[in-house]
Amino acid sequence: MTFETPHISVQNLNLYYGANHALKNINIDIPNKKVTSFIGPSGCGKTTLLKTFNRLHDSSLEVRVEGKVLLDGENIYDKNAEVTSIRKKMGLLSQRPFPLPMSIYDNIAYGPRIHGERDRHKLDEIVERHLKDVALWPEVKDRLKSPASRLSIGQQQRLCLARGLAVNPEIILGDEPTSALDPKSTQKIEELFIELKEKYTIVLVTHILRQARRVSDYVAFINNGEIIEFAPTEELLLNPKQKLTQEYVKGFVS
Amino acid sequence: MNIRLIKDKLAGSTMLILTLASVFLAILVGWGLYYKSLPLLEENSVWDLLSSSVWKPSKGEFGFFAFIMGTLWVTGIAIVIALPLCLLCAIFISEYAHPRLRKIVVPVVDLLSGIPPVVFGVWGVLFVVPLIEDYIAPVFVDYPMGYSVLAGGIVLGVMIFPLIISLLLEVFSAVPKEMRDASLSMGATQWQTVKFVLLRKSKPGIIVSVVLAVSRAFGETIAVLMVCGSVIMVPGSVFDPGYPLPALIANNYGEMLSAPEYESALLFAAFLLFVIIFLFNAISRIVLGRIKRKIE
Ligand SMILES: Nc1ncnc2c1ncn2[C@@H]1O[C@H](COP(=O)(O)OP(=O)(O)OP(=O)(O)O)[C@@H](O)[C@H]1O
Ligand SMILES: [Mg+2]
Repeated sequence: MTFETPHISVQNLNLYYGANHALKNINIDIPNKKVTSFIGPSGCGKTTLLKTFNRLHDSSLEVRVEGKVLLDGENIYDKNAEVTSIRKKMGLLSQRPFPLPMSIYDNIAYGPRIHGERDRHKLDEIVERHLKDVALWPEVKDRLKSPASRLSIGQQQRLCLARGLAVNPEIILGDEPTSALDPKSTQKIEELFIELKEKYTIVLVTHILRQARRVSDYVAFINNGEIIEFAPTEELLLNPKQKLTQEYVKGFVS
Repeated sequence: MNIRLIKDKLAGSTMLILTLASVFLAILVGWGLYYKSLPLLEENSVWDLLSSSVWKPSKGEFGFFAFIMGTLWVTGIAIVIALPLCLLCAIFISEYAHPRLRKIVVPVVDLLSGIPPVVFGVWGVLFVVPLIEDYIAPVFVDYPMGYSVLAGGIVLGVMIFPLIISLLLEVFSAVPKEMRDASLSMGATQWQTVKFVLLRKSKPGIIVSVVLAVSRAFGETIAVLMVCGSVIMVPGSVFDPGYPLPALIANNYGEMLSAPEYESALLFAAFLLFVIIFLFNAISRIVLGRIKRKIE
């Protein structure tokens, strides 16, 4: 499947963990301002693929990446590409929330601060706005100075989302962002994603097919480091063309 | 009762007994030293002993101030030198170095900690003392001397390098990679991530490392004794010689002839060392608790 102006375009991407060939000749276009989900069995390479989008493998020196990832048409693996500005364009939500070791306020202000924002009033405004974006403001507005680690896991995950949004990204990468959450917090995050896709391109890794169906516009099925099938959500989940996909989503059709 | 449960109980109580035994041993050592210093304490007030720097065993005058200050100077200099260097070194090894380089460097650092103190002492006499005497001190003072608290501090600092580095590496490896990734993925540079996330998260661990290193440094004897001059005076600058407590004990114990008060004074020196280390540890625990509550 191709799109006229894909936000991210992956071309002939291969990734090796030492001798382990973890991503095999990946080609995929991520559409602009839509939710695209990656599904597939555990260990198939979903997290690995997601991390190639913001070059998070750079710090692991055993990892070798070949091929191209075009972000708005520019290859982020180009020698002259500036990694911090690429990462700034993407907010990352990991499987478990990892608040930074500081207060709730400082967690949100972290991104703007490292990019040079010093104005106290602006920071106040940014913190409030993004905490409101993730519906956390009413719960924390009276304890912004207390450590972020004291929040519940569900609140922490929303905090991490707000923290990512505070650097004004264009893309949100979520790696099973609800896997550590209870149904209620999960629902909240899902609703947020549906709201946020108006403004952001969202890439979501998930194990829950129903979640993929609820929030995403397109789904890619990955198996053993390869993209087996990529199609609009309903089509891939209800009417898959590939045999492997059929086996994986079997039982979901009902 | 089930065998499994008996074993569990047994293991629990054995460990409890061993723990109590080690605490008891520490108390016993402290009490023994105190008991032995009683003769001295009966003759003199504690305040006089601590605040006077007159040391004339033949006349029965024992003032410990110079020795206490000698110990504090040498240890302080050692930490001031070692901590920043070790921090940079540990940050490089854990955050920047290629895994292959790391595999080589870490064992080398561990190896350093196996070198006997007397070797460091010799290195100090042959290298550090002349360096200070000929090149560093002349810039600052009129009558440069190599044997000084600075020499003691440098030698001691280098000696505690490996300990601090391996402790710090341990501390850094306890910070989850995902936390670094969270910072990086917002566009922070690696150095910003180190400064604002790694060091912050590691602060309690860094303090514990320093406490352990300082406790070890307080008691280090032979290498320091060889280079710090052993002149009984309160050091006024880093280029003055000094006479730390452990050196006092090592130099004189056994030669105090038959003066019972002299022996008592040396054991009081040991008792002081014991108390300093104890207080230091207690205070740092309190500080640590505060900091932990603040960052988490
Ligand atoms: N740091 C690493 N070093 C070596 N191999 C790795 C590393 N991380 C992942 N792998 C391997 O790469 C493959 C893909 O892993 P990845 O984490 O991307 O899977 P995943 O699809 O996200 O799985 P899950 O659904 O369980 O999170 C696996 O075979 C895994 O063992
Ligand atoms: Mg994963």
